[in-house]
Amino acid sequence: MGALQSLSGHPEYIDLAEKTGFSFEQIGVLHKRFKQLSHNEGTLRRAHFNEIPDLACNPIRAQIVEAFFDKRNFHQNDDGTIDEINFEEFLVVMSHFRPPALHLTEEQRGNVRKEKLRFLFNMHDTDNDGTITLEEYRHVSISMLSPGRKNVPLMVVEELLSRSGSLEKETAKSIADAAMLEVASISMGHMEPDEFYEGITFEHFLKLLDGFEIESKMSVRFLNMDATTLCK
Amino acid sequence: MDLSLTRHAAVLLFVCGFLNVLHGSRGEIPPKPTAAVTILPPVKPDNGPQAYPEPAKNNLPVFTMDYPRIQIPFEITLWMLLASFAKIGFHVYHKITIWVPESCLLISIGLIVGAIMHSVNEEPPAVLTSNVFFLYMLPPIVLDSGYFMPTRPFFENFGTVLWFAVVGTLWNSIGIGMSLFAICQIEAFGVSDINLQENLLFAAIISAVDPVAVLSVFEDVSVNEQLYIVVFGECLFNDAVTVVLYSMFTFVAEMPEVEPVDVFLGVGRFFVVGLGGMAFGVLFGFVAAFTTRFTSKVKEIEPLFIFMYSYLAYLVAELFAISSIMAIITCALTMKYYVEENVSQRSCTTVRHVVKMLGSISETLIFFFLGVVTITTNHEWNWGYILFTLLFAFVWRGLGVLVLTQIINPFRTIPFNMKDQFGLAYGGLRGAISFALAFTLPDNINRKPLFVTATIVIILFTVFLQGISIRPLIEFINVRRTNRNVDTINVEIHCRLMEHTMAGIEDLCGQWSHFYWKDKFMKFNNRVLRKILIRDSRAESSIVSLYKKLELQNAMEILDTVSGDISAAPSVVSLNEEKRGSTKPKKKLLAADLRNMHDILSKNMYKIRQRTVAFTGKHSLPNESQNKEILIRRHASIRRSLRPGSFQSSIVPKSQKYFSLPPGESLDSRFPPTRLSFADNQETMSEVAYPPRRSRFSKPKRSPSGAMMPLRRLNTLKEVPSVDFLDERSKSGDRSRTPSSQDDSRAPPPPRSNGSEDDFTKDAHEAEEEEGRQQPSSPPAAWAAEPRDDTPRNPLLKPPQRNQK
Repeated sequence: MGALQSLSGHPEYIDLAEKTGFSFEQIGVLHKRFKQLSHNEGTLRRAHFNEIPDLACNPIRAQIVEAFFDKRNFHQNDDGTIDEINFEEFLVVMSHFRPPALHLTEEQRGNVRKEKLRFLFNMHDTDNDGTITLEEYRHVSISMLSPGRKNVPLMVVEELLSRSGSLEKETAKSIADAAMLEVASISMGHMEPDEFYEGITFEHFLKLLDGFEIESKMSVRFLNMDATTLCK
Repeated sequence: MDLSLTRHAAVLLFVCGFLNVLHGSRGEIPPKPTAAVTILPPVKPDNGPQAYPEPAKNNLPVFTMDYPRIQIPFEITLWMLLASFAKIGFHVYHKITIWVPESCLLISIGLIVGAIMHSVNEEPPAVLTSNVFFLYMLPPIVLDSGYFMPTRPFFENFGTVLWFAVVGTLWNSIGIGMSLFAICQIEAFGVSDINLQENLLFAAIISAVDPVAVLSVFEDVSVNEQLYIVVFGECLFNDAVTVVLYSMFTFVAEMPEVEPVDVFLGVGRFFVVGLGGMAFGVLFGFVAAFTTRFTSKVKEIEPLFIFMYSYLAYLVAELFAISSIMAIITCALTMKYYVEENVSQRSCTTVRHVVKMLGSISETLIFFFLGVVTITTNHEWNWGYILFTLLFAFVWRGLGVLVLTQIINPFRTIPFNMKDQFGLAYGGLRGAISFALAFTLPDNINRKPLFVTATIVIILFTVFLQGISIRPLIEFINVRRTNRNVDTINVEIHCRLMEHTMAGIEDLCGQWSHFYWKDKFMKFNNRVLRKILIRDSRAESSIVSLYKKLELQNAMEILDTVSGDISAAPSVVSLNEEKRGSTKPKKKLLAADLRNMHDILSKNMYKIRQRTVAFTGKHSLPNESQNKEILIRRHASIRRSLRPGSFQSSIVPKSQKYFSLPPGESLDSRFPPTRLSFADNQETMSEVAYPPRRSRFSKPKRSPSGAMMPLRRLNTLKEVPSVDFLDERSKSGDRSRTPSSQDDSRAPPPPRSNGSEDDFTKDAHEAEEEEGRQQPSSPPAAWAAEPRDDTPRNPLLKPPQRNQK
C-alpha cells in the first residue's frame, strides 16, 4: 500500500493519467502487473503474454495479444505491428477497456462507443485494409466456437480446418457466412446481382452493431487495489 | 383522441357488461343448492317432507343436482375464468395496457366485482388462506420469474441484485418498522398498542416490491439492461427475503418477550434459511436435469418432470422451514439451461407456456381478489398510521436506493447514475405478495384489519399512481436505453467475443472478477456438468442456438408468406431466386464460399408440407414435425457441407447440389424425363400421402413446365415450390433421421416402396448422391414417414418460437 502511494506521486504518471484516463492507483496496479509480466524488463513481448497461464485457454487469445502489438490501437495514426511494447503503450491499449464515465452526453457516449468499436474492428481486420472480409470474420467465430482447439494459433486456421472434421467447426463456418449475409443485408440493403460485397467497412460495422451496447459490454473494472498477489 | 376515448369507454363498458353477466351467473349459483334440494326431493329425502307433504316414491331420479359436491372446484374455475376473461378484455384494445398497467385493470375489475358482491351481501369465497397461498399460489409466480430470468445479465449483475434484494429489503423493513413504531408512541394516533415486533412484521410485508407492472413498462421503453435486471432480480429475491422475515417476525410477534440472544439467532436463521434454500434448489435442479437426460422415450410427460421437481424443491424446502422461494428459484435457474437442451423442442415450448400460464393466472387471481377484498372486507381505518405508512414506505425506499447505490457503485463496472436510481426507487411498487402476506396474517395479531387496510392502501397507491405515471416519467427523464431485442448473429457473436476478450484482459491485468469466474465456470461446465447432465453433450454455444432459432424463424416466415394461396407460390419462387441472385455477388470470395451461401439460403427456404394430420394414439404426441425436420435438415446439410472440401471443388457437383444452385445449370435438360417417369410411378403408388415428391424437380426451373401444373392441382398444397427444398434436404436428412423414423409406426408403406423403386434414372441419381456422401444408404424415402403437422398447429407453434427470450 505504501509503495502505491509513493508511486502515485511519480511524475510520469500524471502524464499517463491524462493520456489514458486511468487514476494513479490504477496506473500503479497496472504498472506492477506490467513489471511482473515482463519480468522487470521495460518492454513486453508476445512471449510474455503467452506465459500467462489463465490466458492460455482463451479461445481468442491470439487476437487479444495481437491487439496489444497493433499500432492502430496506440492512438498514433500509425499502423502495422511491433514486436515489443512499453508500459505506456500497454496502458493505452488497456484504456480501451475503461468503463464509460458516469455522466456522459449523448455525443460523448457516441465517441466512446465509436472508439471501442474501432478497437474491435481492428481486431477483426487483421490485414488492415479497412474491411473485414469473410475470411477474417470466420477466424473469430471459428476460434470461439471450437472450444477443443483453443490453443491452436489462428495463423493456422487452414490447418485447423482440414484437421478437424467436427460438426462444430462447420457450424461455425456456416454461422460466419450467415453473419456475413446478415451484414450484407443490413448494410447494403438490396444489392444488384453483379455487385460485390467485399467486406465490412467500419461504417457498416457501426451500423451492424447499432443495437449492441458495447460501452457496457467492453468494460473492465480496473481495480484500485493491488490484487495481483492473489493470482498466479 | 376523442375517438380513442370513446373506444376506451366502449371497451370498458363491454368488459363490465361481460363481467356482470358472468358475475350474475356466478352470483346466482349459491342459492341454487337449496333450490335444487327442495325441487328434487329424491336427492335429499329428509328435507322433502315439509315441502312436499306427499312423499315421493324413491324412484330412480331422472334429473338430479348435487351442487355442494362440486362447489369449491366449480367456484374456483369460475373465478379463474372470470379473471382470464378480464385479461382478454384488456387486450381487446391494446392501448389500454400501454398506459394503464394490467395490475391496475385487474384490481379495478376486482373492485367492481367486489362492489357488486357487496351490494348483494355476498361473501367472497374464503379461498385465500395461508396454506393455499403458500402451497399453491406462490410457487407458480416464483417459478415463472425464476424460469424466465435472463440468465446472462442476471449473473453479470448478481452482486448488485443480491445487494438490493437482501440489504435493501432489510433496510426497508427495519427502517419502516422502526419509524412506525416511533409513530405508535404518539398517543394522538391511537395506535399505541402496536408493539415493535408487529410493526416490524408489517414493515416486512410492505417492503416486498412487486414490479411486474414496472417491468413491462421497462421492457416497452427498453431501458438499459442493468436497470432492468436489477429491478427484475430484486423483486424475485426480495420475495424470498420478505417471506423469511415474515415467518421470523410472525414467530417473534407471538413471543411474549424478545431477548438479545433471539436477535442473533434470528440473524443466524436468516442465513441458514436463505443458503439452505439455495442448496436445495441447486440439488433439485441438477437432479431434474439429470432425469431429463433419459426422457427422450417418454416425451409426452417430459414437461411434467420440470414442474414436479420444482414443486418438490419448494415443498421439501417448506418441510424444513427454509426459504422455499429461494429453493424454487435456484432450482429453475439451475435446471433451465440443461433441461432445455435435453428435452425436445416441443416439450420446451410446453414448459414455457405452462410456467407462464400458471404464473400469470396465480397473479391475476391475487390482484383480482385484492380488488374484491378491498370492498367486501371490514376495514379499520386510521388516518395517522396509514398516511405515515405511505410516507415511510416512500421515503425509505428512496433513501435506501440512494444510499445503497452509493455503496455498490464503486464495485460496478457500469455505475448507476441518478436517473437509473430514480427508476429503481420509483419502480418499487407493492403487489400481490404483500397483499397475500397481509391477508394471511395469523388472527392473533390484534391489529390485523388495520394492517390489511394499510397494505391495500399502499398497494393501490403505488400500483395506480406510480404504475401509471412511471412510463411518462421514465420517458421524460430519458433513462439510458438499450435495445435488448437485437436478434442478429453478429450481435451474438460479438457478445461472446466481448466476454472472451474481457476475460482475457482481466487475466492480463491479473484481476479476478466476474468474467474470470465466468470463464472458470464455463470450463467446469463444459468439462464436467454437461457430460453428466446432458444427453448429447456436444457443447452448443449460444451463437449456434441463436443461429438455429433464426433459421427456424426464417423458415416460418417463408411459410407465412406463401400460405396465402397458390398464386403466391410462383412469386415466392421468383423471390427466392432474387434473394439468391443478390447473395451471389456478395462474394468475390472463394467458390466454396459461394456454395456455402447457397447452402444457407436453400436451407432457410423451407416449407412445411401440410397434410391431414395423422391420428395419434392416446399416449403419444403428434409428431414434432417441423422443428425437428428443420433441425435435421440443418444437420444434414452441415454434414453434407463437411465434404465439400474434398468433393465440391474437384468433382462435378453432386446432383443434390443442383437444387440449391441458381438456375442456369444444365438441369433442365437433364431432369424432365426423370420427373415424368416419377409422376407415372407415383400416380399409382400414393396419391395423397406423397404429393410433394413430384414437384421435387420443378424448383430449379424458373417456369414450371406445363406438365407440372396438373400435378400441383392434385396436391392441393399451397406451398408447392419450396417443398422441393425440403425434399432435397430431407433426402439427405434421412440418414440422420432413420433411428427416429423407425419407431414411427405410422410410416406409410408407399414411400418405402417408392424409395426402392427401380426407376433407373432415380437409381442413378441416388447412387450419385450416395457416392458423394460416402455414407451407408438407408431407404431414402423414409422422410415421408414423418407425419407432418396439420395446418392449425403451425400458428400454435410459431409464437413461442418468436417470443422466446
